[in-house]
Amino acid sequence: MLNIKDLNAWYGESHILHGVDFNVNEGEVVTLLGRNGAGKTTTMKSIMGLVPRREGHVTFKGAETIGMMPNQIARAGIAICPEERGIFGSLSVTENLMLPPIVAPGGLSVDEIYSLFPNLKERAKTAHGTRLSGGEQQMLAIGRILRTGAKMLLLDEPTEGLAPVIVQQIGRTIREIKNRGFTVLLVEQNFRFAATVADRHYVMEHGKIIDMIPNAQLEANMDKLHDYLGV
Amino acid sequence: MQAFLSYSFSLFGTPITVSALLGQGTLGLINGSFYACLSLGLAVIFGMLNIINFAHGALFMMGAFASWMLLNYAGIGYFPALLLAPLLVGAFGMLLEKTIISRLYKLDHLYGLLLTFGLALVIQGLFRNYYGSSGLPYRIPAVLQGATNLGFMYMPNYRGWVVLAAAIVCFVTWVTIEKTSLGATLRAATENAPLVQAFGVNVPRLITLTYGGGVALAAFAGVLAAPIYSVNPNMGDNFINTVFAVVVIGGMGSIMGSIVTGFGLGVVEGLTKVVYPQASATVVFVVMVIVLLTRPRGLFGKAA
Repeated sequence: MLNIKDLNAWYGESHILHGVDFNVNEGEVVTLLGRNGAGKTTTMKSIMGLVPRREGHVTFKGAETIGMMPNQIARAGIAICPEERGIFGSLSVTENLMLPPIVAPGGLSVDEIYSLFPNLKERAKTAHGTRLSGGEQQMLAIGRILRTGAKMLLLDEPTEGLAPVIVQQIGRTIREIKNRGFTVLLVEQNFRFAATVADRHYVMEHGKIIDMIPNAQLEANMDKLHDYLGV
Repeated sequence: MQAFLSYSFSLFGTPITVSALLGQGTLGLINGSFYACLSLGLAVIFGMLNIINFAHGALFMMGAFASWMLLNYAGIGYFPALLLAPLLVGAFGMLLEKTIISRLYKLDHLYGLLLTFGLALVIQGLFRNYYGSSGLPYRIPAVLQGATNLGFMYMPNYRGWVVLAAAIVCFVTWVTIEKTSLGATLRAATENAPLVQAFGVNVPRLITLTYGGGVALAAFAGVLAAPIYSVNPNMGDNFINTVFAVVVIGGMGSIMGSIVTGFGLGVVEGLTKVVYPQASATVVFVVMVIVLLTRPRGLFGKAA
């Protein structure tokens, strides 16, 4: 569904991605693992067209998107839940939820999103999205892209800094949307969490993919993984 | 009532009556209407483009000229012009944004200020070249001629209409920005434009439309001003200095702030004409200094 080949990206003079290669098949949950600064978030932003300069190939459903604007990539059916969650303080919770335009049929209804995240329903009237707790903001950031009908979701560290009970809820949500046919590319620091949701794991280092581990072989590769992640 | 209106007291050695205060305060609302429309347009543009639009006074003037041209070249009267002139001048603004202003977004704000200042000079120069600077007359439409007795003053009907029309347009703009989904997209793009674009919104087009909208507000004020002031290439200059002070007092980019401050400062100016006429031209700047010393972000400005 998403094929990335020899992807390079720059911020000003700094060359961040040095030829990233990987692919995500339809219906899969795939993680990008790696230390801080390995280029995971830059990879997400590059797929979305949110870096100043990128080269290489990002094909989505067979179409090359490297020359597209971010809004065109979104309309093609890719949606991002960014690292800092990207909740808008000048918008109410409901306005935040309704902000991303519908890009294709088949997204979740608002009621379905509320049944995944009952907290959001209770807080729907909150006037400023940033008044929500960190966990609620994360639910909102995921919930609002489920509405759009985009079937390829980029989730950038959705569990960062959250309480274990909320991490579990987000894990359940990812499994639920996988069952509904969504495809997910997940950036994670926490590979124990990643192991509970993902089909495959790519390991990044210095702006490159250095390994791929199917989830079933994660236990057997634990030593190698500890070494990669420095934990 | 009469006794109350003619009650008089003395301030700075000037005898002041209640009816004079009410009268000048009401007249102040008229200037306030122009301040509100103009500063609202500036606030909308600043919020989205991060550019202080120095061409605003020239675009206001173009609104007045557009209504004069529509009447004299095409026979189109005041009320259709109230809609058509803002659309025409707004379209001109979008053309400016698309072809010239949009090239500066990657640079410091200062360049946008310099560019729009230059555009203002070019536009004013062109109009001065073709129409001179002595001013062209524009008649008040027949239905709005005459005056109404308010008890404390005779209010010219046209000026009452200006206050009403400006208040309606300001209110509609506020509702659009604060209460609609288009407004939510605008506010979100003001906060984090790249993310809004990554959701599938064509942000560059939104910016062009926003600039057009802000310019249309200036042109609308220009049409309202045409029958009151003579239509001349420099008519924006008298307003624009005060309007920039209004924007600073209200808080850069604040929608409600620019509306309330615009009308409010018009009234303050009017009242000053009664109490201490010599200060009426400078009172707005005195207020600006006081506000900046006590609330540097303006009355309605949000903390960064």
